[in-house]
Amino acid sequence: MLAFLDIPIVESVLYIIRGTGYTVGLIVGAMATGLIIGLPLAAIQIFGPRWSKALAALYVWFFRGIPIIVLLFLFYFGVFGFIEKLLKTYSGYNVALPPFLASVTALGLVSGAYQSQIFRGTILSLHRGQFIAAKSLGFSTIGTVFHIILPQALRLAIPAWSNEYSILLKDSAVAYLLGTMEIMARIGHLVSITHRHVPFYLLAGLLYFLLTHVGVVALKALERRTRIPGLGNDPQEV
Amino acid sequence: MTFDQLLTATEPTPPLMEVRNISKSLGGKLILDDVSLSLNRGQLKVLIGPSGSGKSTLLQCIHFLLQPDRGDVILDGKSAWEMSHFNICSFRQKIGMIFQDFNLFDHLTALDNVAIAPRKVKGLRRTEAYQRAKEELARVGLSDKFDHYPAQLSGGQKQRVSIARAMAMDPKIMLLDEPTSALDPELIGEVLNVIAVLAKGGMTMLMVTHQIGFARHLTDEIIFMEAGRVVEQGSPKFLLDDNSESRTALFCSHLTELTGR
Ligand SMILES: Nc1ncnc2c1ncn2[C@@H]1O[C@H](COP(=O)(O)OP(=O)(O)OP(=O)(O)O)[C@@H](O)[C@H]1O
Ligand SMILES: [Mg+2]
Repeated sequence: MLAFLDIPIVESVLYIIRGTGYTVGLIVGAMATGLIIGLPLAAIQIFGPRWSKALAALYVWFFRGIPIIVLLFLFYFGVFGFIEKLLKTYSGYNVALPPFLASVTALGLVSGAYQSQIFRGTILSLHRGQFIAAKSLGFSTIGTVFHIILPQALRLAIPAWSNEYSILLKDSAVAYLLGTMEIMARIGHLVSITHRHVPFYLLAGLLYFLLTHVGVVALKALERRTRIPGLGNDPQEV
Repeated sequence: MTFDQLLTATEPTPPLMEVRNISKSLGGKLILDDVSLSLNRGQLKVLIGPSGSGKSTLLQCIHFLLQPDRGDVILDGKSAWEMSHFNICSFRQKIGMIFQDFNLFDHLTALDNVAIAPRKVKGLRRTEAYQRAKEELARVGLSDKFDHYPAQLSGGQKQRVSIARAMAMDPKIMLLDEPTSALDPELIGEVLNVIAVLAKGGMTMLMVTHQIGFARHLTDEIIFMEAGRVVEQGSPKFLLDDNSESRTALFCSHLTELTGR
């Protein structure tokens, strides 16, 4: 299939597959980071004391307001550059932190802001009386969060989470600007060798399309499997 | 009866729970103004009063779901205030609360709703907790509904699950906040029956209700609240007698006019 491009077929395919692996790694890492940041941030915005609510709002305001690409560069050259310098000063070694890590962190920080809004919405949609009932049974605040709030809020968040996944997946393409060898970086490399823009960018589009589709279908299945009668909207009823 | 027996029989036993001079302000408004009451073991007292008089707030303060501004709750000789912050959860375990709108956990089946607190709060083993939960659900007549989620139950069934859920924690006292107000008339009976059985079984209860007809046969004392204060307190016979001039009788006659009960 690729023979007309004058490049070795098997190697090229493997090359792109490895890039797809990087993209999957980026998105999984960023979504997970965003979840770890987003959940407590949502809890703070709802249950926290006033000063912490203000800090959480500041976080969301900041990370929603800056283009990912700007953040990526700031993070890589600013924060990572600073850490590398520190390491060099104190250990004497020249440590190069992988751009992959910078990309995951930057994407995760942004996703955390968006995911906190997702969870805030789902927690607020829960029937509040349950929290008081849990308290009345002797549950601690943490116990209430883990046994009552999270199992419901996480279930209800799946549709919005699937949306966040498909957006973040496509945002992850900017990681190639730091030299993370994900799909776009490798496609760009092949284009520069072959000077065949359209087929390769079509291929990139197809790969993103497939990844989006697989993720969305998987999350849909998860939503269906974990659905509880009466919790949230039952699509059969709508 | 020997003299000794007579002595022990008339000896005043300390009340199981004493509510002492509770005051509470919310939003800058005094909601509870120096409320005191006490409950003996096995006693059922009924709390009535107009809407907004502070009945729900009082129950929440007794439970320390809301921290009172002043006053104390003594349960079984122990003061709630003297409990450390950590222990307030164990204080709450000893009090069961039934809510007007049930407040079942939406993501759990009837069985899990009843078993979760014994498992996660008391640390009972899974099998023990489920065994206990099945017994409690059987007691409220719901043996055939173990696997139903709250959304699949009627209001009366939900309220019975919530009673089973509270009872599974072995509370010393139950606080019931208008347990039948959210129910369709034909479902009220099944819940009142369960409450009557609890009362006959010796459960200590403080119940807010407008079901005066039901309440007067089960209780030996009615507490009437108005504007955050206990206004009257006494036996139903005394307060609700046809020619009684009490505020309680007046209030209840209005209720009867409204509901026809
Ligand atoms: N969080 C709050 N902030 C301010 N005011 C409140 C708050 N909660 C309750 N109140 C007020 O306290 C008063 C007593 O409320 P409460 O719910 O205890 O009354 P109630 O006797 O239970 O009434 P009902 O019979 O309608 O249930 C009401 O006037 C209510 O508006
Ligand atoms: Mg009330």
